[in-house]
Amino acid sequence: MAEGLLEIKNLKTSFRIKDNYYAAVDDVSITVNKNEVLAIVGESGCGKSALAFSIMGLHNRAKIEGNILYKGHDIANISPAKLNKLRGNDMAMIFQDPLTALNPLMEIGDQIGEIVSLHNKNLSKSERKAKVIKLLNKVGIPHPERTYKQFPHELSGGMRQRVVIAIAIANEPELLIADEPTTALDATIQSQILDLLNELKEDMNAGIILITHDLGVVAETADRVAVMYAGQIVEIADVHTLFGDPQHPYTRSLLNSVPNAAKDQTKLHVIQGIVPSLQKLPREGCRFGPRIPWIDSSAHEDNPVLHEISPGHFVRCTCYSQFSFPEESKEDQSHGVS
Amino acid sequence: MGFLEVEDLKVHFPIKGGIFGRTVDYVKAVDGVSLSIEKGKTYGLVGESGSGKTTTGRAIMGLNNITAGKITFDGYDITDLKQAELDVRKQIQMIFQDPYSSLNPKKRVLDIIAEPLRNYEKLSKIEEKKRVQELLELVGLSPESIVKYPHEFSGGQRQRIGVARAIALKPKVIIADEPVSALDVSVQAQVLNFMRDIQEELDLTYLFIGHDLGVIRHMCDHIGIMYKGRYVEQGTTEEIFNSPQHIYTKRLVAAIPDIDPSQRKKQIQFRQEVQTEYEQSYNEYFDSDGLAFKLKPVSKTHLVALPEVE
Repeated sequence: MAEGLLEIKNLKTSFRIKDNYYAAVDDVSITVNKNEVLAIVGESGCGKSALAFSIMGLHNRAKIEGNILYKGHDIANISPAKLNKLRGNDMAMIFQDPLTALNPLMEIGDQIGEIVSLHNKNLSKSERKAKVIKLLNKVGIPHPERTYKQFPHELSGGMRQRVVIAIAIANEPELLIADEPTTALDATIQSQILDLLNELKEDMNAGIILITHDLGVVAETADRVAVMYAGQIVEIADVHTLFGDPQHPYTRSLLNSVPNAAKDQTKLHVIQGIVPSLQKLPREGCRFGPRIPWIDSSAHEDNPVLHEISPGHFVRCTCYSQFSFPEESKEDQSHGVS
Repeated sequence: MGFLEVEDLKVHFPIKGGIFGRTVDYVKAVDGVSLSIEKGKTYGLVGESGSGKTTTGRAIMGLNNITAGKITFDGYDITDLKQAELDVRKQIQMIFQDPYSSLNPKKRVLDIIAEPLRNYEKLSKIEEKKRVQELLELVGLSPESIVKYPHEFSGGQRQRIGVARAIALKPKVIIADEPVSALDVSVQAQVLNFMRDIQEELDLTYLFIGHDLGVIRHMCDHIGIMYKGRYVEQGTTEEIFNSPQHIYTKRLVAAIPDIDPSQRKKQIQFRQEVQTEYEQSYNEYFDSDGLAFKLKPVSKTHLVALPEVE
């Protein structure tokens, strides 16, 4: 039975720009369970990374409001010292670019060993090495003894990302946050890394937050999915519902804009307009409204909230019930299905 | 005879070593690539990072020195661009990957798009402005944009400015090096649609370099798959995706994420089968240096790098 590991309630992360605070993450509430991958998907600037950084306490100057409950304890705005005890031990993060996440001047073995001994002070040298080799084995590095003595530049991108993952799981965290872990990697390596994440989830009974913009990655890895747009979650559902029966106009538009071999599209769907910048975000009404101008304004709520339309399936704003694609792309769609 | 032909192209970079900085070896970035693109078609060049796909594109553009081989464009030999008619350079243009770094931030849109015009055509200021505004309209940006700077545009709009610059001289061939890799999916859709539109309108021929097989499948008529500077397979889009013959291609196709989560188990199993086959038959498909063999035809359009049968 799944159990709540991380519970975020009404989180609001704001940044100061010229004496005003602007919320990059606005009223986000999510739960992550053990042995579960929650994917957070959205385009650049939607606040998905800002959300991850808030959980890990990596924002320096942001104003964080709301609750981040880790196993029932609120970790929003706790002291760095307390946070340091949690980070690495209980929760860890995998970053996008494995080359910049590693120290170029340190051998792989020492980099992982450093983390191992940081949280496990009385290990002997040989014990430490044994543990590092075991970790390298676990993340599927073919010659751990050799890799132990190598530097990051001697490894390929995929191998480096495995090292980064080894560091993240060194102390068996229960919560793992992966921020675009495969974006910098080739397709064949991407699928290997995703398989590895899935294995780790089951092995360690961990909860994983997977942040990505790639809907294919989501479909292959996630158990539940939260779609973010302009700082808010617009739809949240289990992965089968989200891909099989998406409701929010943004989710549906996104799914339609990806080239899909199953459909014979001559034209891809294009979302009108552009993502508003942080300072120009509409603070009232449906934030996606301006991008679907053909939908009557009465379809939107004044203060859109998440509605539970079936168990576990939440959609923000009422506009979804009246949404349809404009004529032109509708044609494309029907053409694709037939 | 294709519109753009590349025959046995080789681009080798010297490795300098020793105290005198002598050339000790070569990196064979492109090692015997041949391709042929018909007029008005899109040819996809696919490979993982370091496979030599970008180097191939840059060599055709004349941005890399060619070690050996021959490039012909519309029947003219353009291998050595310095000797070729200057006019040829106008005919082949390039769209770059990153719209954030390929536009000079200190220049106005007018100057960015007018730069190729200033190089090749002597226009008066008024004519030039008019042409740039026409181009902007063609790529779906307002003519008033000419006085703006790149940072005032979104990613998709910037890529359109890059395209406007590329088509300013009315080229016949466009080499697009990962034109949508740096863009979000909704913006990507916009740029891909638009590239198709102008292809029809201006009868353009594309060499589309990319690693995202979903995008390649959507855009291309023919595909070449590169690995370590050599071709492993070449064929029509259908042949490559529906009946890949080389184990490397099979593995690439298997790695495409499936957007349907109900297929997840099947997909993982399929991928493991392909991976096992890849490991077991690696020696059959690659020579002792881990390189691909010479291409052999399996059908009129479909070529696969298979070893000589003795």
